[in-house]
Amino acid sequence: MTARSKLPASYLQTGSSSFTEFLSAHSPDLVPGSRTLPVAAVDVPHGTTIVAVAYAGGVLLAGDRRATMGNLIANNEMLKVFAADDFSAVGIAGTAGTAIEMVRLFQVELEHYEKIEGTRLSLVGKANRLATMIRGNLGMAMQGLSVVPLFAGFDSGRGAGRIFSYDVTGGCYEEHDFHSVGSGSLFARGALKKLWRRELSQDDAVRVTIEALYDAADDDSATGGPDLGRRIWPTVAIVDGEGTRFVTDDELAAVVAQVLESRREIGGTR
Amino acid sequence: MSMPFYVSPEQLMKDRADYARKGIARGRSVVVLAYDGGIAFVAENPSRALHKVSEIYDRIAFAAVGKYNEFENLRVAGIRYADLRGYSYDRSDVTARGLANAYAQTLGTVFTQESKPYEVEIVVAQVDEDPQDDQIYRLTYDGSVGDEQGFVAMGGGAEDITSGLQEHWRPGMDLGTALRLAVQLLGESPGGGDARVLSAGQLEVAVLDRARERRKFRRIENSLLTALLSPDDPTSDVPHTEDQPGA
Repeated sequence: MTARSKLPASYLQTGSSSFTEFLSAHSPDLVPGSRTLPVAAVDVPHGTTIVAVAYAGGVLLAGDRRATMGNLIANNEMLKVFAADDFSAVGIAGTAGTAIEMVRLFQVELEHYEKIEGTRLSLVGKANRLATMIRGNLGMAMQGLSVVPLFAGFDSGRGAGRIFSYDVTGGCYEEHDFHSVGSGSLFARGALKKLWRRELSQDDAVRVTIEALYDAADDDSATGGPDLGRRIWPTVAIVDGEGTRFVTDDELAAVVAQVLESRREIGGTR
Repeated sequence: MSMPFYVSPEQLMKDRADYARKGIARGRSVVVLAYDGGIAFVAENPSRALHKVSEIYDRIAFAAVGKYNEFENLRVAGIRYADLRGYSYDRSDVTARGLANAYAQTLGTVFTQESKPYEVEIVVAQVDEDPQDDQIYRLTYDGSVGDEQGFVAMGGGAEDITSGLQEHWRPGMDLGTALRLAVQLLGESPGGGDARVLSAGQLEVAVLDRARERRKFRRIENSLLTALLSPDDPTSDVPHTEDQPGA
């Protein structure tokens, strides 16, 4: 890949508009999940709770900022929610290193297709591409390096947000209304069952998401709550007809303050 | 056994060059020109699906004339080159210069070694924060590279269009003025006959817009293109406030 040489023959081959397929043929060492590993457990950082919430006209995808390694906190400001392209976002729970590599590849995959074909993949098409990548990681998952994403995007045909969850074998399932993955997901989902309503406004959806992550952090040691001292807030991505964007720190600080205030008022939930 | 006729290398190269030049001259032209907010690409191309102008990477775009299957092949290779480089290093490590080099080597090898040369001419352009650092590279069928300043014309009427640009193009033109100049020159027929007036539907127009976030490439179509081409309309640049992401 030196700048002075001509393009290798595989670049000029006609065929797939998938970057992953090109990468597997041209530089298989760069594909996550394609490495052979010794059979031994390794202690690596794990990301934790991701929450997706549908609302009127779009969908939110949010995650806490903690990564744990055994009983230690490996990182307290890790980003686990990413814009996959202009109309979708992906959040990841599981082995942080593999997961972030997979998200980077997924982002390139979507943009690559868009540039070559001159049109975007459909939302379900994107969800299926992600499933293929997770499936390719099965060997590593069986050795403890699993990655479980949550994918949310705006379906322009339906004018609504949609949520897709995955298992380690690459099974892709469409979820309705809300979903959560990761170690704190049981608590987050429990909170969402009580808080989610049909046709939530965007602001209410942000509030509900923060509440769910707060409850997850309350009961799961691997999920980080909002850190008032360092001003570290959860990552919240909004995906709607306008595109994908992230809620700013100032807006999140205000929502977190509201949530804490209302909990103090009811005498501090235990 | 019969001996093949001796053909001198000079004659061989000249024949190949003539062949490629003839193929390129048959096609309609493409103009690439700098304006105050970036670089504009204007092609006479009635097709909405078969593009002559395309996005390569964040700051880099591609324009071509000649044989479609050949430049399409190079376009896809360029996107693969850029995406692989950006994926294995960093997005900022993908440069038009690197890509132009790779294209030059490839075109040069095909010109001397394959049974027929590529009948294509390519522009690879890149915008930067500072307009002084913008780059426009022109690559021809034999792999020669030119580092162009301000504007390039390729295809059938390239010579006439280039002399028109030399006369009328100025640095710092707004987008509307630059597009009207390009479209007027594309419409003037090479033989000096009646000039055609090209409408928005016959044109493929795109820009590398310095003001955009990460992906600078944007196609300009329909009503926006009509407004930019009309001298009476006040629109002189792409809108930046209600920008559709990735549109």
